[in-house]
Amino acid sequence: MNDTASFNAQSAIATDGDGFVLHEEDRDAILHERDHYEQPQAACIEALKIVQKRHGWVPDGAIPAIAGVLGIGVANVEGVATFYSLIFRQPVGRHVILVCDSSSCFLTGFDELRDAITAELGIDFGQTTADGRFTLLPVCCLGACDRGPALMIDDDTYGPVPPDAVAELLKEYA
Amino acid sequence: MSTSRRSLRYHCQLRQSAGERRAETHPLTWRFREDGALIGLEEYVEKDGYAAVREVLGNQSPQDVIATMKEANVRGRGGAGFSAGLKWSLTLQGGDLPRGYLVCNADEMEPGTFKDRLLLEQQPHLLIEGMILGAYANNSCFGYIFLRGEYIEAARALIQALNEARAAGWLGKNIAGSGFDFDIALHTGAGRYICGEETALISSLEGLRANPRTKPPFPGQSGAWGKPTVVNNVETLCNVPAVMRHGAEWYQGLSGGLSDDGGTKLYGVSGRVNRTGLWELPIGTSAAELLDRAGGIRDGRALKTWLPGGGSTGFLLPEHLELALDFDTIGEYGSRLGTGLLTVVTEEQSVVSLVRNLEAFFARESCGWCTPCRDGLPWTLKILQSLERGEGEQGDIELLEQLASDLGPGKTFCAHAPGAAMPLESSIRHFRAEFEAGIAHERRAAHEDPIPAGGV
Repeated sequence: MNDTASFNAQSAIATDGDGFVLHEEDRDAILHERDHYEQPQAACIEALKIVQKRHGWVPDGAIPAIAGVLGIGVANVEGVATFYSLIFRQPVGRHVILVCDSSSCFLTGFDELRDAITAELGIDFGQTTADGRFTLLPVCCLGACDRGPALMIDDDTYGPVPPDAVAELLKEYA
Repeated sequence: MSTSRRSLRYHCQLRQSAGERRAETHPLTWRFREDGALIGLEEYVEKDGYAAVREVLGNQSPQDVIATMKEANVRGRGGAGFSAGLKWSLTLQGGDLPRGYLVCNADEMEPGTFKDRLLLEQQPHLLIEGMILGAYANNSCFGYIFLRGEYIEAARALIQALNEARAAGWLGKNIAGSGFDFDIALHTGAGRYICGEETALISSLEGLRANPRTKPPFPGQSGAWGKPTVVNNVETLCNVPAVMRHGAEWYQGLSGGLSDDGGTKLYGVSGRVNRTGLWELPIGTSAAELLDRAGGIRDGRALKTWLPGGGSTGFLLPEHLELALDFDTIGEYGSRLGTGLLTVVTEEQSVVSLVRNLEAFFARESCGWCTPCRDGLPWTLKILQSLERGEGEQGDIELLEQLASDLGPGKTFCAHAPGAAMPLESSIRHFRAEFEAGIAHERRAAHEDPIPAGGV
């Protein structure tokens, strides 16, 4: 299995049509993850996250490259990449805002918080600001229900976020 | 970091003071610090940590552990309420069967639920200890903690704790000189609520789309990579060390006369109350006591309705506040205990809007594998949206009732659709007039004379 995988990895890098080249460090990290599981497919989600961490999103060319490293089918990677909400298949802004739209936040001011953010940034859910600074997305219950309405910016969770605190908070993310 | 960022930052915190929490009565949280800081290995061991592992491994057989767990009757704290000991007794092991996996379900995403986060962020070693005991009982060769990707602070705490435990010999080869080998890897998710469903979680762990699988075979027979696999919730596993240390009888006694179930429960309250939060209390504590601890409803408003344990549980009324919050009691009233974290809805809040919000969640989070769920939930959502706008038509409520029935148990691979049906059905049962207020006109022709399927 290891021989096949490394052979495929080489060929994927060499033949990739989009000019996407998997970074050496990322390839090593993916191979390291693969060893945590019984089968290489299991490292697929982590591989997508590794690529996304470097590029901000998962470019098309990364799909066959990951498939090559893991020695699995391209469709197996693409199917997974399009299923999970935190894998981005198009470019996102420098910062990703995830606003919790589940029940507890809904009951404690989600509508007002969403309105404040969309007004401040001039974008709706699923969109990125023209300057490439923010992408705005809804997210499943963030598990911050005791302090709703809650949101995440990159790795930071905030709550409760009053609508009038939004502008000040966003200033922190250049 | 600026004051704005610092002051708004979320930190999960228990609401009980240290004075109230004792080792004999609060197995999950007695070690917690007042400042809410992470309990590292040294402090955990000082506070009786890993004592159960030392006692059990080598001195008791896996069958002894299972027997104690069955007797303690720790019911699944992820919401299903199935006895963990019984589940463990059904895991295939022995003979020439391969050793399988123990998976901790830390994919907490149930709307209104924030309890596992607390246990993970502040006391990860208790979970690791519970997993070692679980692995020993089930003859698991390796463990995974399936953590939702958004729980960044929990991931940091777990990585640190796993490294500490490995360095101290609590994980790896020959744990505590017992001859038992076991290690744990952290697996972080990439979104999607459905990953919390036991069999979908296994699919996701295998790096596939998180579609649920049919049962049987149950995971204990054939789970991850076809091996016997045990999936338990964080809170369930965190109960194991104390059960093994103090015994099943002690655990049963924790709930006193409040419930037939044993132990404590990490209960919580969210919504428009004065003091939202989490409390570890005997299982069977009433919602009235929880509301009291939460300081009552904000601004002197009245309670309208409440969900006992997340978005997939049924609505209950103020008249149900005195019920024991345990699996069997709440189950008798057309709802489920679920995760045991209350969502409070106040008098001025619209039930139709809230149910629309819940069904939008379930529609978005359906994995699309089964037709009733994939097609029925968006349809449900559309009807609710039109009722919310006051543009509904005669027959909509009956149609929603039909949908709730068609989404119910036994029609899909997993419990996602039945979970969506429960708040829908119960809200119409309790608040029909609110739904009727959204009806604007008579039934239209499409309803009276539908085009037959396949016709032109």
